[in-house]
Amino acid sequence: MYRYVFPFLTAALIIAGCGKDSEPVAVKRPGPSITINGAGATFPYPIYALWADRYNQLTGVKINYQSIGSGGGVQQIKAGTVDFGASDAPLTADELEKAGLIQFPMIMGGVVPVINLKEVKHGELMLSPNTLAGIYLGKIKKWNDREIVKENPGLKLPDKHIKVVSRADGSGTTWIFTNYLDKVSKDWHDKVGFGKAVDFPVGVRGKGNEGVSAYVQRLEGSIGYVEYVYAIQGRMSYVKLKNKAGKYVSPSIDSFQTAAANAEWAKAPGFYVVLTDQPGVDSWPITGASYIIVHKKQKDKKTSNAMFGFFKWSYEHGANMAKKLYYVPMPDGVVRLVEAKWKSETACFGTELPKHRGKP
Amino acid sequence: MVVDTDATKSLAEPAPRRQAGNRLFRSIAAACAGTLLLLAIGIILELWRNSQLSIRKFGFGFLTSANWNPVQSDFGALSSIYGTIVSTIIALLIAAPMSLVVAIFLVELAPKKLAGFFGTAIELLAAIPSIIYGMWGLFIFAPFMANYIQPWLGKYLGFCPLFQGPPMGIGMLTAGMILALMILPFISSVMRDVLLMVPSVTKESAYGLGATTWEVTKDVSIPSGMRGMVGAVFLGLGRAIGETMAVTFVIGNNHELAASLFASGNTIASTLANEFTEASEPLYLSALIELGLVLFVITALFQIMAHLWLRYTARGNPA
Repeated sequence: MYRYVFPFLTAALIIAGCGKDSEPVAVKRPGPSITINGAGATFPYPIYALWADRYNQLTGVKINYQSIGSGGGVQQIKAGTVDFGASDAPLTADELEKAGLIQFPMIMGGVVPVINLKEVKHGELMLSPNTLAGIYLGKIKKWNDREIVKENPGLKLPDKHIKVVSRADGSGTTWIFTNYLDKVSKDWHDKVGFGKAVDFPVGVRGKGNEGVSAYVQRLEGSIGYVEYVYAIQGRMSYVKLKNKAGKYVSPSIDSFQTAAANAEWAKAPGFYVVLTDQPGVDSWPITGASYIIVHKKQKDKKTSNAMFGFFKWSYEHGANMAKKLYYVPMPDGVVRLVEAKWKSETACFGTELPKHRGKP
Repeated sequence: MVVDTDATKSLAEPAPRRQAGNRLFRSIAAACAGTLLLLAIGIILELWRNSQLSIRKFGFGFLTSANWNPVQSDFGALSSIYGTIVSTIIALLIAAPMSLVVAIFLVELAPKKLAGFFGTAIELLAAIPSIIYGMWGLFIFAPFMANYIQPWLGKYLGFCPLFQGPPMGIGMLTAGMILALMILPFISSVMRDVLLMVPSVTKESAYGLGATTWEVTKDVSIPSGMRGMVGAVFLGLGRAIGETMAVTFVIGNNHELAASLFASGNTIASTLANEFTEASEPLYLSALIELGLVLFVITALFQIMAHLWLRYTARGNPA
């Protein structure tokens, strides 16, 4: 439903926004308007669109973001056809250096394993990394397998086949999920590996988050993985996961944010931080960030100021909008690191940001 | 060119002027037709050029390997080719006979008014966008398959490997049936037109000899409309083989070869729809483009077969 529902949701919020702030819109815009072009990941599209619209009302700067997929976003920014690219999977420091790019995390989200098992209540089932990997490898075939029972001593688990659901299309969600399995299970690492699309050993595959949710809701005894917002909107039964600190945690905006805060951003060259399996007792282990990629050398001062102004404004004032759409805003500490990076790496940042009209 | 509305007057104009208009029209028509041809050639060349990387790496093995592993960059098209052909065959097996029956009903059996109403309803089906079929398939038809049709098939035909496995409602059979529904309006409306074109004199003389409606249909209408009806089936085939969204929703999108029609599979079109946007590595992209090339070739082969068949029947049936 994602792709179909979210644009409406965004549109509704945008319309609601317009109603409230009709005055600034009526103000005559000074000077020629600037348009910033961006392209890339589909996952952050709803929040980027919302931010862009709000920012446009405030400053008159138009942000035109096309959600063509992470792969496309990386290609477009490398080719220089857009002002910024967006990708769910970070580029390595080498790749960035070679193309003269910098990247920084803009927004985060969590991936949540969801199940359809009527014998088990919401959030009751607890899984360790190895069990989850075992299920996705096809080694653990039934819900009353010894491994699962051992972790859930109080639960009565049925003698049912586990129907494994994964993503058919290449996606950042799969990248984050398989990266996690790759980190925590040697078997997974040897047999499958990680990527935006992988050769899942068992199960059926749905197209998009909406496809996976539909399959899981349809198939009794199934397990799948979706972006957090789907688990919430579909009222799906999520799973508690054992994190690196050995504690079972539930997925929530807080546990995602804890994972991000505990990651060692400062030490990572090019912000290449993968937020899966992070330390911290309350960290959700399958968290991921979506990145913005820009050229170090900006051609046009006005455009680049407007663009960085947009990112800065989004960090500072976009958190509540993000939470409304079930995204996780970047923690303050990370934002400060990113801004320091802008100053040190890009030549023209911070000279003159576009003036905001009205309240930010 | 011709400004006068009066036909006789314009015919009376001097010949050279009419000739000029004729030439102009001819060149415009030729340019339009030529554009189409260039477009087709351009598409083939571009597909060929962009799939070079994959062709050089995998060679002929691309067509015979069922591996599809983006992480290890190991690609084979067999499961997609298999899925494309099997889902199309299922669709045709269901849709072709059904369309024939529908067409016979509309032309020979139904009262005039009712026939008009049904005809419009069927044409309306053809206008529904394929994504709607996909969503309907996933949310309504797949559960129906899982709860009623597949268990029934499994119970009575379960001895046959085609109908084994858990009834998930998602998979090759469901995809084929959705495709059948989608091509049914195309095939049946063409078949109806073909049956309508059978000269009424021929039919009336058969009736005059004492033939029943069934005999007239079987021995007069169907044989004389055979070529047109085969054409209709190929029209449906062409649509089914490249159908993307509806299939993607219900086929399960698994890159594995399975004998059971209950198992999930994939088609070339569904794989392209799923994986193209996020395929960032050159070899991955190239393999996907080669899949597109394979689909192009399969479609062309079917077209050629259709032509051969039509020519063959034309020779056998000089009428």
